[in-house]
Amino acid sequence: MTNHAQHNLLHAYLDDELDLVRSMELEDHLVECGDCAHEVASYRALREGVVSGDLRYQVPTDFRSRLLKEIREQEKPEPKHVFVQGRLPWWSWATVATCLLALAAAFMLDLSERHERNLMSEIVSDHVRSLMAAHLTDMLTSDQHTVKPWFTGKLDFSPEVRDFSADGFDLVGGRLEYVDGHDAAAIVYQRRKHVINVFMWPSLGPDQEPRTIAQQGFNLVEWKRARMYYCAVSDLSQQELSEFSLMLRR
Amino acid sequence: MGTSTDSGEKAARFEVVVLPHFDAAYNLARWMTRNTSDAEDVTQEAMLRAFRFFDTFRGENGRVWLLTIVRNTCLTWIRRHLPQQNSAEFDERLHTDLQASLTPESEYLRQATGEQVRRAIEHLPPEYREVILMRELEQLSYKEIATVTQSPLGTVMSRISRARSMLRQLIDAQRRAEVKQND
Repeated sequence: MTNHAQHNLLHAYLDDELDLVRSMELEDHLVECGDCAHEVASYRALREGVVSGDLRYQVPTDFRSRLLKEIREQEKPEPKHVFVQGRLPWWSWATVATCLLALAAAFMLDLSERHERNLMSEIVSDHVRSLMAAHLTDMLTSDQHTVKPWFTGKLDFSPEVRDFSADGFDLVGGRLEYVDGHDAAAIVYQRRKHVINVFMWPSLGPDQEPRTIAQQGFNLVEWKRARMYYCAVSDLSQQELSEFSLMLRR
Repeated sequence: MGTSTDSGEKAARFEVVVLPHFDAAYNLARWMTRNTSDAEDVTQEAMLRAFRFFDTFRGENGRVWLLTIVRNTCLTWIRRHLPQQNSAEFDERLHTDLQASLTPESEYLRQATGEQVRRAIEHLPPEYREVILMRELEQLSYKEIATVTQSPLGTVMSRISRARSMLRQLIDAQRRAEVKQND
């Protein structure tokens, strides 16, 4: 019994994945061993059954045209912020977030620097998605007194929402997020055509001075204050974003 | 910073390199999600992602590149929506159910109906289903499957071997169930 060919090899043989020498060795074996020859015949029959089964699903026509249209929308160069008419349901973003989360979790044991880089890229991804999904805000209003209460009951902390329209940063709305394993609030501001997402969630540890990071063409400023972590992300220039974060911290 | 020429070029290249594999992308997503509407969502997300990350494409095989993205998107979807399909358990159940069955007749396997094969593949745990699809439907080589699934070649080999063995037994189990019913 122990002399039978390994199953992996039988399949690799069927799939033409063995090198010449091993393939010949196996063929010699098949001549001598009825059991193995029977296996190969059986699997070959199985494959014929599968291949002739017409198992391919056709792309629904309306879906094809819808998607092609959407990709063409994306192809349009500039302006950078195309608010795509997304048909993506809420959960697909949640799945992406979960995926990123799993990624973040996988690196948990790694250096904190690496974790930080992941976090930044997760935040950038969230930001990008918020621009793409027609899901910039869960609630859309420029009134800070509407935004803040909206989060009550949805989060176990009260996010900071302020209006800087006098300084050219309009409050657009707010959104619930899940970032790096936290429920997070994303407060959305806009300066000219540039969207700024400010992510925040409770975080232990001492206050941290603001730090600017450039990632995938976006600028980020993160800081920690009063046991809250903040990260502002936008395609605004680093200087403008820094000024904005300065106002936020004031 | 992309000028409009760059962007037009990117779009043109994307259409030549990636779009031809749209059908394969949808097919994989359809098999992995097992329903049309989720397949559309997953494919859409994967295609848009592919377009966004097309700058990272380094001229490798376009189909393999796209299927890698689709496959990752599918996995995320499965983890989120079908956590019960965490395979260890599923696997175990399959295994004990099927162990008793004998090697089915070749003739029967060859003539298994599309419906029987389809149902059997749908019953495979995701990590086995995907290798069957990539191998038998997309005709990817072991090496390409290893790239798409980000696994070592040895893992691909044993998955394929195990997947076919499960598939064969699932088809046989169906046949025997049908025979019983007709008795």
